[in-house]
Amino acid sequence: MNQKTFFAFIGPSVLMMVLFIALPLATVLKQSFYQTQSVYETLEVETCSPTFTGQVCVKEIKTIPIIGDNGKVITQTNYVGLSNYQNVLELPRVIAAFANNSWHEFMLIDFWKALRFTLSFTLITLPLVLFFGLLIALCINNVAKSIRGPVIFVSLLPMIITPVIGALAIRWLFIGDGVLTSFLEWWLAKDIAMFAQAWTIEFMMTFYRVWHVAPFAAIVFYAGLQTVNQDTIESAIIDGASRWQKLRFVILPHLMPLIVFVTLIHLMDAYRVFEEVVGFSSQAHVISLQWLTYDFLTADLMGNRSIGRASASSMLTMIGITLLLIPVLRGVWNDYKGKRL
Amino acid sequence: MFLRKIATAVAITTLSTGAWAACSFDNDTELKSLSNSFDAMKAVTDAMAECGNVTSTLDVDFKDKMPDAFAANPSLYQIGGVSQGTMVPLLNAGTIRPLDDLVAKYGSHLKPSQLIKVNGKIMAIAMQVNNQHLMYRADIFADLGIAVPTTYAEMVAAAKKMQSYNLVDYPIGGTYKAGWNLGEEFINTYLGNGGEFFGEGNTPSINNAAGLATLNTMKSLTPYMDPEYLVSDSTYVQQQFQQGKIAMANLWATRAGAMDNAEESQVVGKVVMASAPMGSVRAASTNWWDGIVFATNMTDAQADAAFRVAMEGIDTEMVQANNDAAVWLIDGFVAGSAAAGAIATADNGAAPYPSSSPGMGAMHTALGNGLAAFLNGEKDGATALADIEAAYTITATESGLM
Repeated sequence: MNQKTFFAFIGPSVLMMVLFIALPLATVLKQSFYQTQSVYETLEVETCSPTFTGQVCVKEIKTIPIIGDNGKVITQTNYVGLSNYQNVLELPRVIAAFANNSWHEFMLIDFWKALRFTLSFTLITLPLVLFFGLLIALCINNVAKSIRGPVIFVSLLPMIITPVIGALAIRWLFIGDGVLTSFLEWWLAKDIAMFAQAWTIEFMMTFYRVWHVAPFAAIVFYAGLQTVNQDTIESAIIDGASRWQKLRFVILPHLMPLIVFVTLIHLMDAYRVFEEVVGFSSQAHVISLQWLTYDFLTADLMGNRSIGRASASSMLTMIGITLLLIPVLRGVWNDYKGKRL
Repeated sequence: MFLRKIATAVAITTLSTGAWAACSFDNDTELKSLSNSFDAMKAVTDAMAECGNVTSTLDVDFKDKMPDAFAANPSLYQIGGVSQGTMVPLLNAGTIRPLDDLVAKYGSHLKPSQLIKVNGKIMAIAMQVNNQHLMYRADIFADLGIAVPTTYAEMVAAAKKMQSYNLVDYPIGGTYKAGWNLGEEFINTYLGNGGEFFGEGNTPSINNAAGLATLNTMKSLTPYMDPEYLVSDSTYVQQQFQQGKIAMANLWATRAGAMDNAEESQVVGKVVMASAPMGSVRAASTNWWDGIVFATNMTDAQADAAFRVAMEGIDTEMVQANNDAAVWLIDGFVAGSAAAGAIATADNGAAPYPSSSPGMGAMHTALGNGLAAFLNGEKDGATALADIEAAYTITATESGLM
């Protein structure tokens, strides 16, 4: 292919990527070094409001934002260097916690608490997703052709459900005297509160995520299983290979590129865990990095948002994902180079 | 938060097409309103809908949407339902309009106490007052011979006594959901203990004896609550009451009417309202008002129609049909048994919610996020309060308040 044709093909998508990925990222990066404040003035304001017995008027000295001629609040944006990052990471507290040798104290700092959960959630769900994905794929592959269609459809259902809705469904099954909690209480004959402590919530989150994502892995693996070389399988059988040996030495190596692919996608997705925290309203017990960003962005009662800290936290999340992906990507790259030689 | 948006709210949207006799004029301007979701607000928006062409969104997360929706030009909603807390960002951003001319034109029947004035300009029309007060199961209290508790300590004692009888799942209910609800509970009790939130120059000042006493009071209630209290919001506690699972709670006055709603309540006639428990200084509750505001960014013709529709929503006819849904400020309201608790709480000196302090938004958020760690037992009281002050300080410094 000559260079001109190559650029003609690739140009539009590069343009789109610059427009919709690179530019917004650059803006967020820039915002993470700035803070926008309203310009305040201090005034005496008289407010009259109703009480249970009548109206009360109070004169108070108030700090209120100044509204400009265009009807919008006047703001000023200052370069603050790394201050947003410092406010997110809270390094002095981290150092103090380490000086006290206290993991507990360390885990009380929002960012690190969120990072702990995000990482363990990602790393625990990954092998489970791969395992159950493969298991489902093998099951589908082994059922009779006549019912394979319906079986694929049913096993894909969890993936079709919108993540927030799925999380809510789990919440309603378990919260208070939800159907499943009632069942567990009856079965184990004791009082159970699934939303009262962190570990049960984390367990439900893990369960939900694996249930939700395993079908995706399964359908990818199932596609891969269709291309396994039947001659190799037959010769393995003639050589007396057991079922396990066939899987271990023929099928898994064949599926390896797909396993890497699913791993990459899952690492990226799971690190952005958010729906579970929101769906289970678990912020009292468990928070994730994405939730932290969302919390910074939520306006308080006076309408203030921490855009700077939210940007810093987004950048840190992106750095985290990149770090997680590096080992996997390096493996892919080495493979690719190996094949070229 | 998102969750409530979808779950509770799934925007209880009411849309009416034809006008009805109950409205005194035919509204032909397309109008939209956004407000919180509770019975009284539903009564008002239903009455507005009778005029035709009014779409109302009732959403417990309205406060997250409202500032941006009203800042749009033209505004996405013409009519907003607010409280003294949620009005502040709109007022600060200049996105709600002064109403003096409209009141002169269409609002001569309004009581003076309904007119919310800021520096002499009418900025909102109040419709009701609200606070949190004690609701208790009179039948259980009478059976066990327990006196109505007047302090949190008495509540705990009553709960202790109740526990051995197994009449309810949990003696005490509480709106302790991490976030806004939990912050509000602290604010109630802290004000009841005579606490002040800010020192000179918007600096935080909650890490003190009153703050610690407040934390200990809150924690003393939790053993008698549903262990999932950190996910329980007002609607959840209301339902627990209605299903006979709890025996007492400090709950919003706007939830009182629902106890006697035979369609959803199994405890009709059994729940009685009393004053909120006393703190060391005053009743541990905050007084709120709810009212209606109108967007700046709409045409005067729209504003005219919006105001007239809203007046239909908060007329005497609506109050007479929904007398027990709230403590109405509107002519025609007769204080009944549902309002007794709210009025007793006000008589016991409950403070207004301190929405006029500019740092209150940041403080409320910091409290809502920071208190769970104490109730979970992850932090001791002093550390929790110090951390909340630190979180507040970061936000207040960022936004330029400090």
